[in-house]
Formats: sequence, structure tokens, C-alpha cells
Amino acid sequence: GPGAMSAPGAAAAGGGRSGTAADWGGFEDNMQGGGSAVIDMENMDDTSGSSFEDMGEMHQRMKEEEEEEEAEAEAGAAEEEDGEFLGMKGLRGQLGRQVADQMWQVGKRQASRAFSLYANIDILRPYFDVEPVQVRARLLESMIPVKMINFPQKIAGELYGPLMLVFTLVAILLHGMKTSDTIIREGTLMGTAIGTCFGYWLGVSSFIYFLAYLCNAQITMVQMLSLLGYGLFGHCITLFVTYNIHFHSLFYIFWLVVGGLSTLRMVAVLVSRTVGHTQRLILCGTLAALHMLFLLYLHFAYHKVVEGILDTLEGPNMPPFQRVARDIPVVSNAVLNTTAKAIALTL
Amino acid sequence: FPGLADVSISEDIPVEGEITVPVGSRSPDEDYSTLDEPVKDTIMRDLKAVGKKFIHVMYPKKSSTLLRDWDLWGPLVLCVSLALMLQGGSADSKDDGGPQFAEVFVIIWFGAVVITLNSKLLGGTISFFQSLCVLGYCILPLTMAMLVCRLVLLAGSGTVSFIIRLIIVVAMFGWSTLASTAFLADSQPPNRKALVVYPIFLFYFVISWMILTFTPQ
Repeated sequence: GPGAMSAPGAAAAGGGRSGTAADWGGFEDNMQGGGSAVIDMENMDDTSGSSFEDMGEMHQRMKEEEEEEEAEAEAGAAEEEDGEFLGMKGLRGQLGRQVADQMWQVGKRQASRAFSLYANIDILRPYFDVEPVQVRARLLESMIPVKMINFPQKIAGELYGPLMLVFTLVAILLHGMKTSDTIIREGTLMGTAIGTCFGYWLGVSSFIYFLAYLCNAQITMVQMLSLLGYGLFGHCITLFVTYNIHFHSLFYIFWLVVGGLSTLRMVAVLVSRTVGHTQRLILCGTLAALHMLFLLYLHFAYHKVVEGILDTLEGPNMPPFQRVARDIPVVSNAVLNTTAKAIALTL
Repeated sequence: FPGLADVSISEDIPVEGEITVPVGSRSPDEDYSTLDEPVKDTIMRDLKAVGKKFIHVMYPKKSSTLLRDWDLWGPLVLCVSLALMLQGGSADSKDDGGPQFAEVFVIIWFGAVVITLNSKLLGGTISFFQSLCVLGYCILPLTMAMLVCRLVLLAGSGTVSFIIRLIIVVAMFGWSTLASTAFLADSQPPNRKALVVYPIFLFYFVISWMILTFTPQ
């Protein structure tokens, strides 16, 4: 009956598995830590900028190796089956069943491995492996442009710092929107803030990564995300200060100095990793423009209107004056103030 | 049943032991015996568990009750009540309280999920739902702050009331952050506590900010 058949089948399958284990044993050794998806990043050379660093590529390569092994095993099993067929006919059914069983086991194991690989958050674990000291050091470094642009600069492929900076920017943006009484018609305040910040971080990173690919720059996606994320530190400082102290000239100073420093750092690192004048120009020009313009946009889109105008004028005439008030520097505010008062008095 | 003849326990292996399970809050044995009790008993038991956790949040000692028997009833109640109290604070009459309720709800749950993922990625030993439970329960001080703020705003909305509200919200924000840190930081490697505390700080800061800037219309 079926009970009698399964026992020798299982034994043969076990024997078969150990037979082909030699082929797969090498693969098992390649995976560090057994079934875990954590790969030791310390062994990788960070300055090479090669795509070997990319986790996705590594997994793809491992999967390809698996498929190769499976194809070999299949071919081996097919040959084995053919050989046996020429011999004892009675055993062919048994061997066929055994091979099918083996294939099922292999398929199931691969599927569960693939699932545990991609549904596992361990994939992201190497990118969060930082110490607080390192994060602080990198935050300060992000404001210091490097001098050596002929030697590829090291970029840490870390995602904790950039992620926290994006969330901090969201919080600061919320603060700015609330204090300026920004009214969002379609959507919510929180949604707009999160969408803006994450959209900038992910979108501009992808775009610059694409440009870097076109310009043959040595940088991976994670490194680009990390670089741009740390570049947002300057934005955070600027917005935090200028959302609370509303002097336009102060903002322009911060925009140039703080924004400029963080942009220069990102640009210098990118230049050190690119060859060729045109490519360097394209890449760095685009990044500098986008980064500085984003800071400008964040300030003017959500900035609180300068107080003086609001206090003197009340009523339905306000909105047009609000528009004007945002763009003029502090010096002429006083002039406008007194003029508006005079007009209000005459009305 | 000819097939069942094969399935039999060998007689040389004696089957012995006890079928009862050790007393715990989630054992199937308990479910069997609690199926026939009146609904009031079930509700009261759950309410008592939730109430006990509230007390643990208000006086954060290093106990593992919150962690061991996690439940999400308390966080749900707190989240809904906070979202309801934050209604009606929009400046424009066109966008009604609808988006704001969903906004608060999403911020709290999405923020808690992000903090949990972050602490797990940094090498934490706490499980997903335990962390959600702790973060949700530690919103209690901020909910109380919201209640007090609403009462203060009923009295008036001048500078004095703003200062009172500021002090209360800052105090409750500190309490929330300390309470959740007391529970969560233990599960981290010791040199990375700051990395876990910062997102929690940011999370409660955003909620406190929403409470502080709430102005009823």
C-alpha cells in the first residue's frame, strides 16, 4: 500500500539528497549565517562604487546560482532516470516519484527562502547598523565640503540618519505650516508635509542616480539616498531658524551659507566620483539647482506672512497685500507699513 | 475504517502526563472555561487589564506587565478619543472634521509602526505588537493634556491660557516620552538607546504640537 512505498522512497530521497548535497554544499557555504539574509557589509569595499555593493544585485546573483544548481540537479536527475530506465523497469516508477518528490522539496525550499529573503526586514538591517557617535559625526561632516576631488570620496551607505532627517524636516514643515495658517484645500497638512519631504528625498535621489548612471559616476542608489538625506540637514537648520525668526534677509543669508555649504559638500563628493568635465557639470549643476531651489520653495510656500501688514489691515482687501508682503525684503517693509497705515486712515 | 488500522500508537510507549496548561492569560483552557461566563465578567476582566496598564503608564516603574500581556484596546480608545477631541479646529469651514480625524489616526498608527520597525532594525529584542502596545498606551498623558487644554480654552483663549496650555502640554510630552523610554529602551543594546529615543521624541513632539495649536472654531 502507500505506507510501504513511502518509506523506501523517503530513504532513497534522503540518500539522493545527500548525493547531490555535494553540488549544493558549496552554495550553502556561500550564504553567511545559514538561512539569515544578513550579509556582513564590513567585507565590502566602500570606495569601489561597484554595483557589487548593491544588496539587490547580490540577491539576484544568489538566486541565479540557485537556479543554475537546480538546472544541474535536474539534468543530473534526468540522466539518472534515463540510465535506470534502460536497466530495471520496475524501479522507474519509484525513481520518478522520488525525483518528483525531490523537485517539490527543492521548489518549496526555494520559495520559502525567497519569501523569507524579501519579506524579511533583515534586508534593511545593515543600513541601520550605526552608533550615535557616527550619526553625529556624519551630520557635522555634511556641512563641510571636501577639498580632495581627485580621489573618490567615501560615502557611508546608511539609512538611519537620512530617514530621521526627513522625518525631522516633516515636523519642522508642519510647524511652519501651522504658524502660517496654510490652508490646504485638497488633502491634509500632514499628508502634504510627508509627501513633499519624502517625494523630494526619494524622487531627486532617483533622478540624480539616473543622471549618474548616464554620466558614468561611481555611486549606488543607497549611497545617493544617504548623501541627499544628509544634505537635508542644512535645510532642517535653515527652516527651523527662519520659521521662527521672520527676517527675509536672515533667510537669504542662511540660504546662501548653510544651504550652500551642504550643496557644496554633495557636489564635491559627486565630482570626486565622476570623470569628465561635461558629466561633472551636468550632474553637479542639476543637484545644486534642485537642492537650493527646494529650500527656497519650502521657505516661500509655507512661510508666515510678515506680521506688520496683518496687524494694520483687516478686511477683505487683505489677500492681495499678503502676496506682496512675502516677497519684499525687511527694509521696505517699514515703508509699506507706514504707507498702508496712511491709506487705511484715509479710507 | 481499514485505513485507520495503520494509525495507532504503539503499545509499548505509555502515554502519560497532564493535559492542563500552566495558568496564563492566553491559554485555550481558559477560553473553554470562560465561554459560559456572563458577558459582564469578560468585559470587566478586559477593562481591568486595560486599567492596570493605564496605571503602569502613569507611574512608570520598570515592570514588564505592559510588554508581557500586550493588547491594543487601550491604544485604540486613546487614539479615537484624541482624534475626536482634535476635531473642529480647522480655520476654513469648507474642510470639515473628516480629514482631521483620519489624519490623527494615521499619524499615530503610522508613526508607531515606523518607530517599531526602526527599533527592530537597530537590533531590538521587542516584538512588533509589544512595541505598538507600549507606544499606544503612552499617549495617555497627552490625551489628558488635550482634555485639560479644551477645558482651558472654554475659559478663554488669550496669552495666559496659551502659557498654561504650553506648560501642561510640555509636561505631558515629557511624561509620555519618559514613560515609553522606560519600557522600550531596555530592549535595545545599551549604546544605541539614543538612536531609538529620538524617533519616539519626534513622534510625541508632533502629537503635542497638534494638541498645542488646536484652536476651536
